[in-house]
Amino acid sequence: MEFFLVTLLNSLSYGLLLFMLSSGLTLIFSMMGVLNFAHASFYMLGAYFAYQVGLHTGFWPALFLAPVIVGALGAATERFGLRTVHKFGHVAELLFTFGLAYVIEEVVHLIWGRAPVDYRIPAELDFTLFTLFTTQYPAYRGFMMLVSVAMLLGLYLLLTRTRIGLVIQASLSHPEMVESLGHNVPRVFMLVFAGGAALAGLAGVIGGNAFITEPGMAVAVGSIVFVVVVFGGMGSLAGAFIASLIIGAIQTFSVALDYSMLDLLAKIGISISRESAWHGLFSITVSQTAPVLPYMLMVLMLIVRPRGLMGTRET
Amino acid sequence: MKNLKSTLAAGLCLCASVFSASALAQETIRIAFIEGLSGPFANIGEIGLRHYQLAAETVNARGGVLGGRKIEIVPFDTKTSPQEALLVLKQAIDQGIRYIAQGNGSSVALALSDAVAKHNDRNPAESVIYLNYAAVDPQLTNDKCNYWHFRFDADADMKMAALTDYMAQQKGIRKVYLINQDYSFGQAVAKSARSMLAAKRADVEIVGDDLHPLGKVKDFAPYVAKIKSSGADSVITGNWGNDLALLVKAGKEAGLKVDYYTYYTGAGGVVTALGEAGVGHVKQVTTWHSNIGGKGAGEHTLAYRTRFPEVKDDLYYSSIRNSVETLARAIEQAKSADTQKVVLAMETVKYDDDSGSIEVRADNHQVIQPLFISTLVKANGKDVKYDVEKTGFGFRTDARIEGKSTVLPTTCRFQKP
Repeated sequence: MEFFLVTLLNSLSYGLLLFMLSSGLTLIFSMMGVLNFAHASFYMLGAYFAYQVGLHTGFWPALFLAPVIVGALGAATERFGLRTVHKFGHVAELLFTFGLAYVIEEVVHLIWGRAPVDYRIPAELDFTLFTLFTTQYPAYRGFMMLVSVAMLLGLYLLLTRTRIGLVIQASLSHPEMVESLGHNVPRVFMLVFAGGAALAGLAGVIGGNAFITEPGMAVAVGSIVFVVVVFGGMGSLAGAFIASLIIGAIQTFSVALDYSMLDLLAKIGISISRESAWHGLFSITVSQTAPVLPYMLMVLMLIVRPRGLMGTRET
Repeated sequence: MKNLKSTLAAGLCLCASVFSASALAQETIRIAFIEGLSGPFANIGEIGLRHYQLAAETVNARGGVLGGRKIEIVPFDTKTSPQEALLVLKQAIDQGIRYIAQGNGSSVALALSDAVAKHNDRNPAESVIYLNYAAVDPQLTNDKCNYWHFRFDADADMKMAALTDYMAQQKGIRKVYLINQDYSFGQAVAKSARSMLAAKRADVEIVGDDLHPLGKVKDFAPYVAKIKSSGADSVITGNWGNDLALLVKAGKEAGLKVDYYTYYTGAGGVVTALGEAGVGHVKQVTTWHSNIGGKGAGEHTLAYRTRFPEVKDDLYYSSIRNSVETLARAIEQAKSADTQKVVLAMETVKYDDDSGSIEVRADNHQVIQPLFISTLVKANGKDVKYDVEKTGFGFRTDARIEGKSTVLPTTCRFQKP
């Protein structure tokens, strides 16, 4: 019971972090049709900026400043990069973001070096929030969840309750109509891109010190974020939310499952000798395959339901 | 006219620089440091590089080898990947480098050792000597041994034998959890921990045996929850670098109360991550630590701090100093830097380092040296004089195992070329 509850909490906090990352990606995709390969790089930049700004101001101002800087970078990327590339079609845009991811990684190497930087949890949050049976639950994990949920609420209210949100929603499906009503659609695109980047940056700020801030962190989360977006359905925020929680849970819980094909076969009365060539393959436990499971899930989803969990488009 | 002059001058300069470069190449003995200098283990690679630079500078400061030839360290990045390492090895050989050093990742080491053996078979005149300072998969000096490979760290089985001997005396140990990285080294640690514990302490129960992906896990909280629910009182892990730092960090956050029996606590920010929570609960088995009390150990520690005042880490590997020292002595004995002569001399080198006697075992090229089991405690200025990573915590020796007691049988059968 203790194990189940603790793991559930861990999977929730991880899933919510994934959602922060993927929400920006799925928004940008649904609005602009751009699959942003550099999205995880903005996550990394968020962590590094928070570290750098935090050296001068401490954690709390950095929590706000770093996402703003990342957002500004995102806006500049859209305005001076993507918008120019846009007229050459989707492949050019894809290649642009793909290249950008590498450029950002190399820039990070140049500025902060190849080793991890010492970006730490602020002392104010370095305590035990509560003790569940005998396991302590760190306050910072609670803080991560709080920020994610606050962001989720904010995003929901922004999109459904404000004028700009309505314009964004309208531009999603009918950009020409919105433009002819006198709205500046390219500017809306820029804002969405900046907003998505800022959300990734925010995830970096709170994820960078909970885990580790190093140049490989973008690559480490990059692929999993795509899994979330594809699994949840391209362009669907609700889908991304559910997919994040599911994938968070799968990755966290599968660690605990020490069952292998061997055990399954033993249940139905088949045993494989140690000498058999199959023994090695069948003795792999679920916990060892944990890192691969989300990708298997994505492949399955693409076969069974190509538009994803909540997606509305087939493409 | 002016142009012609400057062109001539530039040409002359170029000639001069080419000439001096080739003269330099004849003079200096280059060691290619082939290591992951980017990627998840970049910090550990950089620590190794600093150790090599210091070791080379120490030899150079006393006049180098063969009457004035200097040792130079040339770093190459492998991203801790066997494939990259093979490309880099080729690059180093093409540049005329005949000595290579590597340590992080036994998977990389196995690939390199194999490639070096093949290269030396095909190009005996350009033979390469491989100095391994930290890859401790026992295979490297057993089934997959290679005459040109020398290991200066103790292998995983030697260390596990020392660790389990010590654990056998700790009557409080009841339930042990094994968590290791899923590659050749981690699997070797798990296997020998199982068999040796069964032989020495049949009453100890192994309540978990986890293999996790190498360098990919950023959040160990799920593993910690699993360790906790298993009821383990001790954890054995061969994890290194961030894989260990993040594991103990997650354990500390969740309030996991276990004793850690480790291979690599002394480097890579692990002590920083543990802080006060690790005091008395973290033990490591190593070939050296700064408080072994031997003659010169303190000087070695301070030399590193003086040479690299800008970094937080401390001297950790004695294997690196000993690999350069053994090589320098072998070159002197062979009176040549020709690898085919040096490799024969390597086997006969024997000397005393600050920890005790250092010698190369002739039948598998494993270096035999004392081992130490130590516990992380508060530095007290007396028997724990030096701390680690400026934390105020350092290691105190619990047990010292003499070199001859660490010797294990080997299956290695190589022939002298």
